[in-house]
Amino acid sequence: MVETSDIRVVRCGGSKVNLTPPIISSDSRFVLCTSGDLVKVYSTRTEEWLHSLQGHTNQVTGITLNPANHLQVYSCSVDGTVKLWDFIDGILIKVQLVEVHETVEIFLSSGLCVSACPECFQLVSVHLPKSAEQEVEAKEMSAVSSHISKNPSCTAFGRGGEYIAFARHLQLNVYFFRKQKTYSFSLKATDKKGAKNAFTCIACHPTDDCIATGHEDGKIRLWRNFIHKKEYTYSTQHWHHNAVNTLCFTPEGTHLLSGGIESVLVQWQYGADNRKEFLPRLGGSILHISASSDGQLFCTSHSDNKITVIESSFKVCGVIQGLVKDAVLTDLMIDPRSKALVLNGKPGHLQFYSLLRDKHLYNLDIVQQEYIYEAGLDQFEVVKAAFDIKGSWLATVEERGKKSSDLEFFLKLWAFDERTQSFVLNTTITAAHTDRIISMCFSSSEETTMLVTAAEDSQFKAWCQGADADTQQDQNFWSCDFVGSYHKLNPTNCSFSADSSLLAVSFQEVITIWSPDTWEMLTTLCQPPGVIRDLCFGRLSCSKYLLGTTTKNLLCCWNLLTCELEWSTSVDVSKLQPDPFSENVAAFSYQSKHTDLFVFKPSEPRPLFTNKNVCSEKVHRAVFVPREEPLNSCDESTQWLNRSQLYFLTQNMDLLTFSTATEEDRMLSSSKQLVIDDSVAVTPFYLLLGKHRQQQQKLNTQSHPVSDKPQQTQGSVTIKELLHTPAHVLPAASVLCSMFVNSFLISNTGVQQDPLSWLT
Amino acid sequence: MASFKPTKVQFLPKLGEKVTEETLYWKNYKSPVQIKEFGAITKIDFSPLPPHNYAVTASTRIHIYGPHSQEPIRSFTRFRDTAYGGSFRGDGKLLVAGSEEGLIRLFDISGRVALRQFAGHSKAVHVTSFLSDGFRVVSGSDDLSCRVWDVPSAVELSSLTEHTDYVRALAPSKLNPDLFVTGSYDHTVKVFDMRSGSSVMTMQHGHPVECVLLYPSEALLVSTGGRYVKVWDLLKGGQELVSLKNHHKTVTCACLSSVGNKLLTGSLDRHIKVYNSSYKVVHNFDCDASILSMAIAPDDEALAVGMTNGVLSVRHRRHQKDKETLTSRRRRGPSYQVFVKGKNFVPRQDDFLVSKPVKQYLRKYDKQLKSFEVSKALDTALQTWTRTSKPDVTVAVIIELNRRGTLKNALAGRNEESLTKILNFLLKHIFDPRFSRPLLMVGDIVLDLYQQVFHESPVVERLLQRLMEVLGREAELQQELLQVLGILDTLFASLTPRKEVMAHAAPPVAQESQLQAA
Repeated sequence: MVETSDIRVVRCGGSKVNLTPPIISSDSRFVLCTSGDLVKVYSTRTEEWLHSLQGHTNQVTGITLNPANHLQVYSCSVDGTVKLWDFIDGILIKVQLVEVHETVEIFLSSGLCVSACPECFQLVSVHLPKSAEQEVEAKEMSAVSSHISKNPSCTAFGRGGEYIAFARHLQLNVYFFRKQKTYSFSLKATDKKGAKNAFTCIACHPTDDCIATGHEDGKIRLWRNFIHKKEYTYSTQHWHHNAVNTLCFTPEGTHLLSGGIESVLVQWQYGADNRKEFLPRLGGSILHISASSDGQLFCTSHSDNKITVIESSFKVCGVIQGLVKDAVLTDLMIDPRSKALVLNGKPGHLQFYSLLRDKHLYNLDIVQQEYIYEAGLDQFEVVKAAFDIKGSWLATVEERGKKSSDLEFFLKLWAFDERTQSFVLNTTITAAHTDRIISMCFSSSEETTMLVTAAEDSQFKAWCQGADADTQQDQNFWSCDFVGSYHKLNPTNCSFSADSSLLAVSFQEVITIWSPDTWEMLTTLCQPPGVIRDLCFGRLSCSKYLLGTTTKNLLCCWNLLTCELEWSTSVDVSKLQPDPFSENVAAFSYQSKHTDLFVFKPSEPRPLFTNKNVCSEKVHRAVFVPREEPLNSCDESTQWLNRSQLYFLTQNMDLLTFSTATEEDRMLSSSKQLVIDDSVAVTPFYLLLGKHRQQQQKLNTQSHPVSDKPQQTQGSVTIKELLHTPAHVLPAASVLCSMFVNSFLISNTGVQQDPLSWLT
Repeated sequence: MASFKPTKVQFLPKLGEKVTEETLYWKNYKSPVQIKEFGAITKIDFSPLPPHNYAVTASTRIHIYGPHSQEPIRSFTRFRDTAYGGSFRGDGKLLVAGSEEGLIRLFDISGRVALRQFAGHSKAVHVTSFLSDGFRVVSGSDDLSCRVWDVPSAVELSSLTEHTDYVRALAPSKLNPDLFVTGSYDHTVKVFDMRSGSSVMTMQHGHPVECVLLYPSEALLVSTGGRYVKVWDLLKGGQELVSLKNHHKTVTCACLSSVGNKLLTGSLDRHIKVYNSSYKVVHNFDCDASILSMAIAPDDEALAVGMTNGVLSVRHRRHQKDKETLTSRRRRGPSYQVFVKGKNFVPRQDDFLVSKPVKQYLRKYDKQLKSFEVSKALDTALQTWTRTSKPDVTVAVIIELNRRGTLKNALAGRNEESLTKILNFLLKHIFDPRFSRPLLMVGDIVLDLYQQVFHESPVVERLLQRLMEVLGREAELQQELLQVLGILDTLFASLTPRKEVMAHAAPPVAQESQLQAA
């Protein structure tokens, strides 16, 4: 057993960008959002990820612009710090440690934090001390309320920070800072019409004394006159059919924006309550809305890890899409063409995600039906997908009706279209099987493509392209070629060997080996009881081995030449993943609440690499991603990572990977090299232009080697400072004058070349 | 913002014939022209010369029709009894015909009176033909003999009496003037060579032979008789190549298409079958009465069929030109111009182009679905035109409503009239395997929703009664079919030999495992 320290588990790419409301910089050029322990800065115009603010050591839970300086941003994190950044340059300005008994959870506006206890959420006002030091400890704080909702959108600052409104269940509280007094208003749980009145979100009008609250049944209430305890009023509006997730006033207060699960952005005119505008079909349900300070741009963040940038004229002008991994039903796959990670994306789609650039490439619409955003509606979802070895075919299975008795599913085959560079629907098979498809794989030979599906109707079927000879027209459609079964047992898995000469289909406890050429069953393999969970053939030099795992904690390896069990070991393997580029096989085992990883070659039962306690959840999905350039590590324990990289998805939907020390060194060095002027949105065009400009500058300096004003370089700093400082902060002109004139003088230290200087 | 995705209408392939090139070719005939003759039409022969007139032998006369005329352009009526087997000479100038009284007459097609009369047969002559040199005529008669006649001198050259029953089929060779093939009711097909004066080859058809036919290469011979069509390979000494049994009554006539030498056979069962080169039926023409004779014009321009009820039906080939004139006439009109106005405008170089967003055109039901008006969408989908001509659209909307979980809402609150519509639709399509699943669901929901009020409307009640009856019948039928399937399964299982699954070289370990599995 080799235990190494230079391979470590890294959380990689695609963390959530929709956890907190995104913010738009005051010049509307940047969108900032939290993503894991980073704050990411995107350009609003090009949707490119410009850079990220690194420094927090745990999940960032809130960001807000510094009200005093609009080029700075505060961020807070679970690690108990509040940091102040210059987000254009990505420089950390200040760190404030906030000492609360638990961790800081939510940051709202300057001077107020929410702290969390395990059982209750507390609202605490923290005074951020003004000091020049880089790291300060904020000690001055006072509790505002000890019971608030854990939903951060249930707390909002009122007009100019005079008061704060927060709601919990059926009670709305308003705390006035000046008076240090809390007013609370409560609603009944239900009324005659069966309304559900629990609060879900709050927004305060920026200039008026008005609080908008969203409710669980989709109502929006506008509270006024809440300075008095008794004589408060509210008006109710109802459009959303489900809970209102978020509310936001535009900076001038002329409009109120609301969003909910229906994924429709609703704009209510303030004052004229009946006039609404809608922007439907934005994506997943809307979680947060924010508006830029000039009111020109809105941002909505959606449940499918997406931020949409919307112009004030209600037109979508940008989409920032993160990796969607909320409900991954398919396996992790690699598109052989683009080397992108493929998995479930937004509902009914497959997403193609570049792991290398941590960027969403595109969505492929599989279901091709209008998605209805309604809670509890059973709709088609992609449950299985498979690529053939060249990436020219994609097979998908979509399913509906898991809960109800009648299951509907479609098997679809997609051909890659060279011209449009995307997949085009080729064949839809409506009743491929009579029951759910469990497993699906393409044959791995280069010449013929064949798809095998195994289903719960105790059959497996082979599908071929144009197998029907009678139809003389297009031979491009897929049709069934063979139906196989074994003793009416339900198949559990199917797998092709590396050269596609053998097909292994496991039926409960028995593995059957078939020849795809003649569809003859060659042999059956059986192991001590236990349903086969995973099945895979060895590759390259180990192609004579077949590996299988059972539910009874057994990992077995058969030699196919002798049809004998080569070796077996007792491990509870939850996922078996062969590396397509080497002989290696990775096995994730789950034992006593933590997952271990073993990497081994089928030819020898000794593991190449083991990593105990990779994570604490079960791992069901993993994939080997080929590297662009192979590493050349000679160390035995890291050799298996040379050709490809192992990514895996835990049950908590964290995408993790293994990285080696050499790789990290390389990453660090490359990131240092790459310094771009971040003040301008980085577009390909910009990079091109920048290069061009640099060349031009070089040319200029070459053609005019000696400037006719050599002293300008000396004086330029002062002049620049003079000209670029706002006039009202400058001292009187008389003070400056002598300094200004002096700056033009040539210092005596230099060699006197030109007596006819400027001042003569 | 993604655009609204319209309802997807599932395209489900219909079971049955597959559309191939051949079926498309043979479907490309216009509807038949019917011409009434005086009696059963026993022989049709196309003139080998353009414009390919054809001679139709029926009752006591022979009519010659032009390719597109419905009236005979010439008729030969000097027969005292029924005429038989009128056929052209290779140059299309002479016509020979037999008759019931045993006389064979030779006509010039421009004249009326017979040029020659060949007397000698003692019984009716059913088949006559010119040999390919054009100077001799061969005839087959009910007196069991075949005779060859010299045209210039009107003398009988030879008489062949090898058949033991009526001679009813005859085919001269086009390549050799001395060869001809006869078929007889004695179940044999014989090839005669005039040089030897006797038959050189005899094939047993097994049924009274009604028609013989030589392929243009003359390597293959087709004989029809009984329900069978047999193809013989003459080069292999008369070996049977294939025996076809696609008709269910006597096959009376056969002919070859000139494009691709496809075989056509006509039968008393009123069907004409077209075979492809591997002798599979690719197309089927239906006729009104039993077919006695059939001929196809050179280049397959027309297919003439003669029937027992004296109707001659002629199908002409549809040409691309005809179709074009039809469609062009339909398309012309001002509305089209309005739609394309300004579409072909090419912007100049310094024009500023303002692109208009492309408008998405939605069907009416999609528009209603987009605004969640489910009942209205169902109404739209159930409109008479959609319901009758595109039931798949109606079913697609029903499926979409079900997917949205609003099918019950859409079906609720309907009056008698619209409920009748739905029930009628159910009655018509509930057994279509493509639609039965969603429609059964609709039926269930309708029953759930309206069970309290059904008795108030006699119309709805009656429809429901009918629906129940047909469903019961269908269930019975399905059960019977399943029983048949079970019987067949046991038969097949007992027929297939027990195969050893294991490879012989498999080691004992695997065998043990198989035992465990079993």
